[in-house]
Amino acid sequence: MAKITFDGIEVEVEDGTSILNAARKIGGKIVPPAMCYYKPLAGSGGKCRVCLVKVTQGSAKDPRPMPKLVASCVTPVQDGMVVENTLSPQVLEARKGVVEMLLINHPLDCPVCDQAGECDLQNLSYEHGTSGTRYEEERRTFDKVDIGPLIQLHMTRCILCYRCVYTADQITDKRVHGILGRGDAAEIGTYIENVIDNDFSGNVIDVCPVGALTDKTFRFKNRVWFTKPVDAHRDCPKCSGKVVLWNRGSDVLRVTARKNEYGEVVEFICNECRFDKKEVSDWIIDGPRHIARASVISANHYELPVVNPQIIADLPESTTKELNLLPRPF
Amino acid sequence: MGLKILTEHINVPGIDTLETYRKLGGYRSVEKALKTMTPDEVVEEVKKSGLRGRGGAGFPTGLKWSFLAKPEGKPRYLVCNADESEPGTFKDRVLMEKIPHALIEGMITSSYALGARTSYIYIRGELMFVLRILEKAIAECYAAGLLGENILGSGYSLDLHVHPGGGAYICGEETALLESLEGKRGNPRNKPPFPAVWGLYGCPTVVNNVESIATVPWIVNNTGEEYAKIGVGRSTGTKLISAGGHINNPGVYEIELGLPVEEFLFSDEYCGGIWKGRKFKAIVAGGSSVPILPGELFLKTAEGTPRLMTYESLSEGGFVSGTMLGSGGFIVMDDTTCIVRNTWNFSRFYHHESCGQCSPCREGTGWMEKILHRLEHGHGHMHDIDLLVNVSKQIEGNTICPLGDAAAWPVASAVRHFRDEFEWHVKHPEKATAAGAVYSGAEDLAFA
Amino acid sequence: MESPTTQNEVQFSEAAMAEIRRYISHYPAERKKSAILPVLHIAQAEFGGWVSPQVQEKVAEILDIQPIEVFEVASFYTMFNLKPVGKHVLEVCRTGPCMLRGADGLIEHLENRLGCHVGKTSPDGLFTLKTVECLAACGMGPMLQIREKYYENLDPQKMDQLLNDLSKA
Repeated sequence: MAKITFDGIEVEVEDGTSILNAARKIGGKIVPPAMCYYKPLAGSGGKCRVCLVKVTQGSAKDPRPMPKLVASCVTPVQDGMVVENTLSPQVLEARKGVVEMLLINHPLDCPVCDQAGECDLQNLSYEHGTSGTRYEEERRTFDKVDIGPLIQLHMTRCILCYRCVYTADQITDKRVHGILGRGDAAEIGTYIENVIDNDFSGNVIDVCPVGALTDKTFRFKNRVWFTKPVDAHRDCPKCSGKVVLWNRGSDVLRVTARKNEYGEVVEFICNECRFDKKEVSDWIIDGPRHIARASVISANHYELPVVNPQIIADLPESTTKELNLLPRPF
Repeated sequence: MGLKILTEHINVPGIDTLETYRKLGGYRSVEKALKTMTPDEVVEEVKKSGLRGRGGAGFPTGLKWSFLAKPEGKPRYLVCNADESEPGTFKDRVLMEKIPHALIEGMITSSYALGARTSYIYIRGELMFVLRILEKAIAECYAAGLLGENILGSGYSLDLHVHPGGGAYICGEETALLESLEGKRGNPRNKPPFPAVWGLYGCPTVVNNVESIATVPWIVNNTGEEYAKIGVGRSTGTKLISAGGHINNPGVYEIELGLPVEEFLFSDEYCGGIWKGRKFKAIVAGGSSVPILPGELFLKTAEGTPRLMTYESLSEGGFVSGTMLGSGGFIVMDDTTCIVRNTWNFSRFYHHESCGQCSPCREGTGWMEKILHRLEHGHGHMHDIDLLVNVSKQIEGNTICPLGDAAAWPVASAVRHFRDEFEWHVKHPEKATAAGAVYSGAEDLAFA
Repeated sequence: MESPTTQNEVQFSEAAMAEIRRYISHYPAERKKSAILPVLHIAQAEFGGWVSPQVQEKVAEILDIQPIEVFEVASFYTMFNLKPVGKHVLEVCRTGPCMLRGADGLIEHLENRLGCHVGKTSPDGLFTLKTVECLAACGMGPMLQIREKYYENLDPQKMDQLLNDLSKA
């Protein structure tokens, strides 16, 4: 076991745990954001650099600080390590810089993007970015690539987190897509026209932190904040069958896997559950889905508590009243 | 003439053959190490020599070797980094091309020291003609019992292979090199774990530069103590310097560390001064990644002390007024050189070579190149200059591997030392874009 | 897909296969993928200076890996041409040290002489003009590479001579 101090809070974790997961054990606002790291996917992390933290003391044995900021998702803890995240202006400044980098070539087409409302990049830029842009150059574009009837690829939105590649490697039996090209010309693709199609291919949609990979069967059907998430399950021979249904009235508009508070899929689901079971009668409803992450979904009217009621100016009075009765998480 | 450890026989006809190389004393270190020394004794000599990695970072080679993990039941690897791609640097290529056996001898002796049974030379794919030279030399060694089973009857066995890259500067970064050697895209790994613990195929691995490895035989033959007597302070031994740009005698020179830079740059024995009788404007002294320095700050420190060719002397003044010895790639610029154009060119290089894995480097290198392209072509604004520096700071230190730093430093240093030239480009776009026009000093700015 | 071959026709010569087997033998048996770069080099030399998707699929088959793994690698490294090229591929270094000694002028000269821009093939199909980054010949610039050979200390006159020789060859 190793004891570390993260933002002034002591926590004990198993040896080999990453700094990020140690912070998650503490939980709350001090947890660094992560755009590429994804706990269920081995090998993920280290790429997006938004989880950079400052190690002010390397370990009890060797108390020297680390010379550079480190990616908390891939740096293992050492006993006696002292780490600063929200307490370090250097970290916050660097994070702001990384967010800017992630956005300079992003199309900012949120108004027509199906991911809007549940987009990690939206949340990240809201919390850590700046309102303006200093980027005067032309934004990067890519040729359109069709990867089949179920999944929509929008390469311009991609932040190259590699999660979908790891998913295809680790969850499906054959990977046909990957990262092609190099540098800022690198892109997700199949190279030769190829359909990403196997029983678990749809999971790349759930792991994508942005709107680069979205559900074609849900495309332009609705905004996620108008849909009502409910937990449901069915007896599925291929997967756990535990899903979230995104309903509008009595229509099932979308089916996704269940995710934890960090947006990580708890159990990957099969394509049949995701794409073919779009009737309420296909499912046994477990109850309303609690979306813990900061997003407009958690701030909608279907479900409480709202973490940041003050950011929504015109909540109905009834909701405000109910909210005030609830214990605040922070 | 200074002492030549690596290049003494470089012009001897037939030195690329085993016969000639051996006649001139080659492979003595293999005999000595394998027959009279334990592996740890070889490591100890290299430690004592003070030899520092010649690939650019200057990390003590012996120390790196001593970090190598030695778990039971796992092979260990020595991989030679012959992916020489740093602009301004071409010393390893010349050494391998002319005296392939110098590297192979070093590989055998070093592999023995590290307990490697299979070693690789990762050479950049463009140097296929050098790969063929190395493979021919390796075949000679197998035939002579210097490689393969039971080398020279010592009981030690080693296989040595050459592996071509495919065209990617990033593979000079040791973990990208290992990924590439495993047949993958050259994406650098997150560290820790370091290669000494988790290297090639997940086994403990040492990655060393060509020149470092080729130096080991001399250290084994003459002892580390003798090697440490060459040079100055912590800059021991000799160093190959690749000299290019606007000088009279471009080429690769072996110098004793501690040589005055002025002598190296201006004496006929070495660079022979600035070409075409022009003035010395600026220099990038350690390969394109290190900060650029104006000529006067290169010859003498800010305090007025003449600089020496050592790691310490060149970095005196830090990044404010100093630079780095790096890989020893001298890029000399005369007074007709446009610094903005040169900075744009370097920036384009790093943009082109970024692997694209981590966001600050992937996005930032392209951004810097675009800003510099506009400045150079007369479409820049004054605020672009500070933006440029700011973007470089957002990359520096925040990336997976040092390519981010390497892309940031040339830009930040160019603005630091030649800001007036950047401003001139903004104020006089018509002049900046005119063919052959070059900013020539404060009087040009006076037009503003 | 314009390709001189179809998938079934991609067949390495026996000499090339022997070379491929030699490379594969350099790596642990379960690490065949390590040979991907040498095999791609051999493939490019074997099939007209570029690696078509079909050739890349063949490489995947030889190395027992998925085609996408080859596509990912071939598109990362700049030496592999993913589109058909002319008979001779001129790879001119454009990086700093070569630029300082006249690479820009050499590239301009080549564009005029060949009648095509960088990245294109001359109308007669003989020459593809590529610019590349530093080739470790900084003291001998400007320079270019054609297949495995370096041509150094070039100027427009020497360049013309070289092009004439190549045109006749």
